[in-house]
Amino acid sequence: MNTNIQEIKDLSIGFKSQKGEQISILRNITTNIRKGETVGIVGESGSGKSTLALAMMGYIKQGLFTTGGECFFKSLDLLKLNNKELVEIRGRKIAMIPQNAGQALTPNLKIGYQIEEALKLHTDFNKVEREQKSSELLNKVRLPSPKIMALRYPHELSGGQQQRVAVAMALAGNPELLLLDEPTTGLDVTTQAHVLELLKDIAKDTGKSMVYVSHDLGAIAQVCDRVIVMYAGEIVLEGPVRKILKEPIHPYTYGLLKSIPKLSLSGLPDSMPGSQPQPGNIRSGCSFYDRCNFSDDECKVKVPELKYLPEIDTSVRCFNHSELTSKTNEQKITSDSKKEITIDEILDLKDVSISYAKQGIIDQFLNKVTDTNPTVKDINININKGETIALVGESGSGKSTILKSIAGLLKTKDGYIKFDKEKLLSGDLKKRSSEDLRSIQLIFQNPDESLNPNHTVEQILSQPLKLYFGLTGSKLKSSIAELLEKVRLGAFYMSRYPRQLSGGEKQRIAVARAFAARPDIILCDEVTSALDVSVQAAVLDLLQKLKEELGTTYVFVSHDLAVVKAISDRVAVLYQGRLCEIGPSKDVYQFPSHPYTEVLIGAVLEPDPDVKPKLVAEDIVEEKPPEIGCSFQGRCPRILGEKCRQEVPPWQIGENGNAIRCHINIEELKIQQS
Amino acid sequence: MFFLIFKRFVLGLITLFIVSLITFIGVEILPGDACTSYLEREAFGEALAACIKRLGLDIPAHERYLTWAYNVIQGDFGYSLSGQMQINEVLGPRIKNSLVLASAAIIIGIPLALILGIITALWRDKMPDIIISTVAIFSMTIPEFISATLLILIVAIWLEWLPGIVIVPTDVTFFELLPNIILPVIAIAMIMTAHMARMVRSSVIQVMASDYIQMAILKGVPYWKMVFKHVLPNALLPAINVVALTIAWLLGGVVVTEVVFNYPGLGRLVIESISNRDLPVVQALGIILASIYVSINFIADLLTLMLNPRLKTLQTRK
Repeated sequence: MNTNIQEIKDLSIGFKSQKGEQISILRNITTNIRKGETVGIVGESGSGKSTLALAMMGYIKQGLFTTGGECFFKSLDLLKLNNKELVEIRGRKIAMIPQNAGQALTPNLKIGYQIEEALKLHTDFNKVEREQKSSELLNKVRLPSPKIMALRYPHELSGGQQQRVAVAMALAGNPELLLLDEPTTGLDVTTQAHVLELLKDIAKDTGKSMVYVSHDLGAIAQVCDRVIVMYAGEIVLEGPVRKILKEPIHPYTYGLLKSIPKLSLSGLPDSMPGSQPQPGNIRSGCSFYDRCNFSDDECKVKVPELKYLPEIDTSVRCFNHSELTSKTNEQKITSDSKKEITIDEILDLKDVSISYAKQGIIDQFLNKVTDTNPTVKDINININKGETIALVGESGSGKSTILKSIAGLLKTKDGYIKFDKEKLLSGDLKKRSSEDLRSIQLIFQNPDESLNPNHTVEQILSQPLKLYFGLTGSKLKSSIAELLEKVRLGAFYMSRYPRQLSGGEKQRIAVARAFAARPDIILCDEVTSALDVSVQAAVLDLLQKLKEELGTTYVFVSHDLAVVKAISDRVAVLYQGRLCEIGPSKDVYQFPSHPYTEVLIGAVLEPDPDVKPKLVAEDIVEEKPPEIGCSFQGRCPRILGEKCRQEVPPWQIGENGNAIRCHINIEELKIQQS
Repeated sequence: MFFLIFKRFVLGLITLFIVSLITFIGVEILPGDACTSYLEREAFGEALAACIKRLGLDIPAHERYLTWAYNVIQGDFGYSLSGQMQINEVLGPRIKNSLVLASAAIIIGIPLALILGIITALWRDKMPDIIISTVAIFSMTIPEFISATLLILIVAIWLEWLPGIVIVPTDVTFFELLPNIILPVIAIAMIMTAHMARMVRSSVIQVMASDYIQMAILKGVPYWKMVFKHVLPNALLPAINVVALTIAWLLGGVVVTEVVFNYPGLGRLVIESISNRDLPVVQALGIILASIYVSINFIADLLTLMLNPRLKTLQTRK
């Protein structure tokens, strides 16, 4: 009993719908957090995991209210305390590290003030001691030169630094329990790995209890001792991290793990059908019934209880978990269905440079080139018909910039983009012919923003059909129905508005809209990053099937190396707008690779507690690419010295056909990296 | 940052130049000229010729613009037609009166608007918000000539507490003017305060819903400390521009209110000079009102730049 720091008993939280019905977001949650342990709460968006984490601090979002249950911190029921009593606990006993530190730090207050404020509230230090302590804290979270940091405003820091400040702020009150709400979501892969490393060290050094909320099983695997899996507001599985991730005995967890693309596997991950029911739409029986492969008639009518299995220290909410117990989580290796790509060039990027710098009026007049160090420089990529080429890199790598210039949204400064061997694509969208515009379509990252909320699906899809093919009347209708069928949606979706669709359905509409123009090339800009894993797998699968059917070429931009590996034929790795490595995807992911590729691959988090990320480079954020020399010189763990700083490295072709731009001899790289 | 301020300043000057051109050209292309509109039926023969000569209308338009502009820069707007006196003398007391009225409205209205806006936001959907917001919507939607007339009816005619209209010479002293401005100030402040309070309310509510306020709560910051340190500085920043526009609107003469109360300010001068076809005065007013708008917006931009750390560093970095 005493070992529990937090006990949640039968907690339900809900809201009142406009019709006055009571709708539950959390249903009968019962769980404990033990002293010194790190517990992961996993679930897809809408599973209620953040609501649960906030309730653990006695915070219920506006509009929500508890409909039952208790939430004890030691012997205090947090949900019964008044604001004054809660102020005593928040920050001092329980502290929160928020998801998006950039938005969670007050913009008008300096970093130093915000940390000192926490110290002032929760400790008895005097001013001098506080200043010293806040320096100490900034040091502890590995921020360089704390004295200077303290004088900065939040927006003057990079995403990773902001997250570290948030950690420092949470540690200021020396709390016993730390709640982390998606603390690394939105950070670059290498930064994420570093922040996780930091959190792990803090847990180890201070013995604090942590609750780690995330949708990312990879991150959970790295830091947690125990995992709680949530689905539709309920706990469906709870147990030790190894047990949960290696032998999941709940069908949802089983499917979820299978839908995650992994570096160790080739081909597309299995997708799970359907989507999580929305709050208020939960019918009788098991909430996972619709999507479950192991269900029977009992599941349809009876709600399974969360049952504790002492022999494996796991609780599971499923009637048929024993069927899964026998199944190990081995993933079938999908045979590589990717065909050999014949060399038939459709898009040719030659010496492309793109600059965001505005030319001054006078320079423009004199036709003088002012920006000698453009955002994107010397990009040479040939793309073949029917190929999926991926552009990978962290934020600021110029991958989206290149995509925009192919689409005609940005002018190239130097070089050219050739389409279909002879046609030179104008950098000016207005000068492109309607045929060129039709041939190249773009799918955006966030369908919430790329679909007009006031248009029905029919209106959205009819626009390209009308514009490019002049379809009207019944022909238009049947074409729309055909498109919807292609993206596995029924014709009844036509009259719906985007807000009536789930995230995955919206992205399908965006895919359908791109295909409506019957394009030769589709540019995909982080198309799955805003989606849940299970939905992501389904969208990837859809894209792959459509490509096989129609022979479309994809240019796929993503920061997620595992997703890229799953879908692409060739990969181009970019750093600071310069190409580092390009080649067939199976070879890029093998050594020897460019040191930057090595860093990226090392930082990928696999949903397996036994596979640790390798952190080989510092996660410094560079604002601008270096003027001369290798673009990666600032962070390269294998830097040779002056040569890398002065000379642009040459291209070397590896034995597998991947080209690496590095001064280190490729044979030497192979030896170093093996 | 210095460059940005300089740029805004130059832009302001360009705006003024364009406004001066437009007013000048507008007056030029009106049928007839200052003399025909002033002399009306007597606009013929010797009287007209004398007038044209006196006003220098026989000189080509561009030359006249240049001399006019040159004089304006030196602070000389020329002669008014109707009063046969220097426009500066006409304008002086009017500007002073408008300033008095505007300052009174600003001193009362802006703090009141801020306080009411903050109260309604912090007690959102509770009793204080419901009452204040309802009153605000009423005073926003009732046109000022109705509320002003009602005020006169109740306070001046029924209760006989205050003078209903301002019957004073244009150049009264400040203290003689004071009792006269109470009703006009109330009439103006009602609309102005309501508008600004609504705007402050939504701004505060927006900030209260932000991630950083949730974070501040979870950090254990006590409520009022959070309001003053974390909420208000961020919520009131966008209010600066609205306040600036309101001040400009006030200084530019609240035409309707001034007419209802017979108040000798700039607003009424605009109406009078237009109906008297006193074109030189109309021109002068155009320039003066434009300068007020431009300079107040310039000041608001400066303030925002200074108070918003984001803008400050963004500019110095580049």
